[in-house]
Amino acid sequence: MALLAVDKLSMSFSGLKAVSNLDMEINEGELVGLIGPNGAGKTTVFNMLTGVYLPSEGSIFFEGKKINGIPTYKLSHLGIARTFQNIRLFGDLTVLENVKIAYHQHVSYNMASGIFRLPGYYRGEKDMEEKALAFLKIFSLDDKAQELAKNLPYGQQRRLEIARALATKPSLLLLDEPAAGMNPYETQNLMELIRWIRKEFNLTILLIEHDMSLVMGVCERIYVLDYGINIAHGCPDEIKSNPRVIEAYLGEEAI
Amino acid sequence: MKLLNTKNLIRLLLLLVVYGVFQFLFVSKMINPFYMMTLILVCIYIILAVSQNIITGFTGQLALGHAGFMAIGAYMSALVVVRMQGSLVTGIIFGALMAAVAGMLIGLPTLRLRGDYLAIATLGLGEIVRITFLNMDYLGGATGLSVPKTIDWTWAFWLMVISVFLMSNFINSSHGRACISVRENEIAAEAMGINTTKYKVMAFTMGAFFAGLAGAIYANYMYLIHPGTFSFLKSFEILAMVVLGGLGSITGSIVGAGILTIVSAGLADYPEFRMVIIALIMIILMVYRPNGLLGNKEFKFDFLQFRKKG
Repeated sequence: MALLAVDKLSMSFSGLKAVSNLDMEINEGELVGLIGPNGAGKTTVFNMLTGVYLPSEGSIFFEGKKINGIPTYKLSHLGIARTFQNIRLFGDLTVLENVKIAYHQHVSYNMASGIFRLPGYYRGEKDMEEKALAFLKIFSLDDKAQELAKNLPYGQQRRLEIARALATKPSLLLLDEPAAGMNPYETQNLMELIRWIRKEFNLTILLIEHDMSLVMGVCERIYVLDYGINIAHGCPDEIKSNPRVIEAYLGEEAI
Repeated sequence: MKLLNTKNLIRLLLLLVVYGVFQFLFVSKMINPFYMMTLILVCIYIILAVSQNIITGFTGQLALGHAGFMAIGAYMSALVVVRMQGSLVTGIIFGALMAAVAGMLIGLPTLRLRGDYLAIATLGLGEIVRITFLNMDYLGGATGLSVPKTIDWTWAFWLMVISVFLMSNFINSSHGRACISVRENEIAAEAMGINTTKYKVMAFTMGAFFAGLAGAIYANYMYLIHPGTFSFLKSFEILAMVVLGGLGSITGSIVGAGILTIVSAGLADYPEFRMVIIALIMIILMVYRPNGLLGNKEFKFDFLQFRKKG
């Protein structure tokens, strides 16, 4: 059974149909890409998958359960995590605190223990601190643990955003343009990071990306959107030679 | 990481010294009652400012109904103490709890609003509370209600210390961090699995609880409470203290509440200049330190610490 199944999904903003009749299936452990020209509706798809938008039509199934209409924070508890196209870190908090907030849904003590400083608080906080630090170490951000997130260089902010998403312990990770604004060298590193987290955390990944070297390099299957319509899907080589995809990206004359 | 470490013991010792010095000065009649009243008002305003900071500075919700919650706390405690002959402690607890209930009931619908809309809605609700008490003859109506004075420096000081301790514990726990994440980026907080509505309402309820507590202390200290005290100007005064000290800094709110209360009291003889000078202070501050005196940093006593072991 597919981990994520999308059935005839549509989203309209009053007159504009941003996404129409999208069918998509992602199996456990797969790394799938979602590409398309600007304004094709990719981020809209992400926003529907994470409960930010309520789809106009169609349904989304996660682990066989219908999830449209479930609020974003509950989807995170179910195991869907995402990063954002424009980085959305908690800028005025430290790197460590950013990860701790992601751990909050697994916190072991209740609010009363926190307010009255019961023993559970000290145990819970110590445990959380250790886990968060160990986590940052994996992403080689542990030496920056006490720095404010907004003061990190761009590449590390992206890395932290991925780390923070993974700290919620997801089974499905949605990456929205992780390589945006990166130079080729950083993109190369990111590619290795994506491959590695997938193996290490047993993840299924869906990623939106404009950088074709990254998409063709890591994705096993690719869906192509144009004006909200799924115009092609298949393995990278098929997509590269698909005339409809080339037309969408380069215009009719290019063929 | 335990509660009773050297750092906290030093803090407790400092508090005891502060308490002891003023208690001594007061008992030996070395300072006049007006200064004592100012000091007790400082305690009350510290509770109000810190609780407003939980809502505005840490959770990022611009709510202006604090005078309303203070009024609920004041009147409900007076109801217990005056009309039902209850004890002071019952009165204070009842007042604070009723304010918290009101905070939750008001928070659930209004916290769906953002920014200025939330400010306007809460401002209006604060006024509704005031007008309601104005028209309740059972609780004194426009002439006010006299309440016996049972609060002294000891009560005010230690209730303030406990309130600030509990609120700062909240902010420094995982649940408090969840509130801060709402301020930092609501969409990202949702995506991290944080029920932002729940934490907004939680912060609002907690702020209302402590505002009610401060109101109850006020009622049992001031001999007389009347609705005019709890107008929206009071809410702005509290917000000014928070902004002066720094949004998102508990120690900042303490400093802000202290400065503005003492300046107000110091200018009591020149009422016509009072608001002018306070306005000037705020303008100068906004020009030179737009983030408040302490920004979102906390003032720490680290320099008093002996070298850390290990």
